[in-house]
Amino acid sequence: MTPPLAPVGWSRWLVPPAALSVHLSIGQAYAWSVFKPPLESALDLSGTQSALPFQLGIVMLGLSAAFGGTLVERNGPRWAMTVALICFSSGFLLSALGAATEQFWLIVFGYGFVGGIGLGIGYISPVSTLIKWFPDRPGMATGIAIMGFGGGALIASPWSAQMLESFGSTSDGIAKAFLVHGLVYAVFMLLGVLLIRVPRPDAAPKAAPAPASALITTAQVSANSAVRTPQFWLLWVVLCMNVTAGIGILEKAAPMITDFFAETDTPVSVSAAAGFVALLSAANMAGRIGWSSTSDVIGRKNTYRVYLGVGALMYLLIAQFGDSSKPLFIICALVILSFYGGGFATVPAYLKDLFGTYQVGAIHGRLLTAWSAAGVLGPLIVNRVADSQEEAGKSGPGLYGLSLTIMIGLLVVGFVANELVRPVHPRHHRPENSTGAEPEEPKEAADDHSTGERERSA
Amino acid sequence: MTTAPESGSAVPESRRTALIVFAWLWVGAPLAYGLYELVRKATQLFTG
Repeated sequence: MTPPLAPVGWSRWLVPPAALSVHLSIGQAYAWSVFKPPLESALDLSGTQSALPFQLGIVMLGLSAAFGGTLVERNGPRWAMTVALICFSSGFLLSALGAATEQFWLIVFGYGFVGGIGLGIGYISPVSTLIKWFPDRPGMATGIAIMGFGGGALIASPWSAQMLESFGSTSDGIAKAFLVHGLVYAVFMLLGVLLIRVPRPDAAPKAAPAPASALITTAQVSANSAVRTPQFWLLWVVLCMNVTAGIGILEKAAPMITDFFAETDTPVSVSAAAGFVALLSAANMAGRIGWSSTSDVIGRKNTYRVYLGVGALMYLLIAQFGDSSKPLFIICALVILSFYGGGFATVPAYLKDLFGTYQVGAIHGRLLTAWSAAGVLGPLIVNRVADSQEEAGKSGPGLYGLSLTIMIGLLVVGFVANELVRPVHPRHHRPENSTGAEPEEPKEAADDHSTGERERSA
Repeated sequence: MTTAPESGSAVPESRRTALIVFAWLWVGAPLAYGLYELVRKATQLFTG
């Protein structure tokens, strides 16, 4: 499929809703927990088993984004969104069949494997197109799309719950709910497929005059070359540490706020703890669009300095004074979660600054393996440490002291990695006259590239 | 990068504006529903 070229007069403000229609759909993944209790009772599953479709889905998200990124760049956003639509929707339809016939493996295969491919391809599908349409505000543009991924769960969670209430929590009811999800998401994502356009080469929006930052390049680096640069791996560490720190709060939010104030005059009820979790979701979403847009003004490196430096400070405040003031605890947690969301949303623009727009979607896909690693690392640290502290006889805030200290340490590691980010060496740049069909190998001879000279002198 | 050849015709301004409004409503309406449900739940922190 050839990339769809925008007709004359096409508005770039049609591109964010196209991206949002995909991200708001695939963001449903984070509302999988709604289906867990009904599946457990209808198909006699354990909690671990009912989590399998989601876990496989997230693994497939990382793998398909990492390995499918170059295909997405080659075939264009419409092809990618079509693949995402077919896979994500088919995943639900297969799951409906699995629930109707009470074959759980089919739900794991459908939602997890097939749907997971849709998650990964869908996640990266609009990134490079948005950056090409908004070269003056890449952080804001990708922030809108990636905010959609957070927003998807907000929509799906109450919607899926209402549907299960209407159809019933039996295997037939779950099958009907999966069927409706598959059909509705297919129609909803179709808008993105139909609307997405790449800018005309002769009328592409021009970037604003570049701020005096050595990190913003006009050169292009292929995905294969990017993974050979220290910058890629430093950003990998930055993203992994930032996400792990966010998960540190997300994973234990409800029990954490309850334990922190259990022995105070104002203990937190179960419903209030649920309200706290909802507020964290709002902060996560707001951070995606807010901080990512701010990065267009203050620069990407400075933004990550804030995420990692101020994030560590927030964790320190919770560790030291969290149990003495509920507002302080809540504000610190909200700031950390806004940085967690912001970290996801700002990274495509950071990659664009360092590696150019040529294969930024594919590079982003490969970087998302840091998310997969953090998804394992974060819960592992928080749960293991909390369990060991409980076994040691600790209670209340004491359960979390060690994990909070570990999170501070991880954020400091991320901060140092961000400080080490320098402009990409010109030997990784593509020659200016290359046509761009295939990623190119690094050219040692390109050391005298004019952009590289500009970067070195900046 | 090759591009689809059929998409070169100009878009009239009135049609473009209508399309922008429709597209943003398409994604905005469900997002507003999600945010409304979120705010309802989040208020439990202060009332629950």
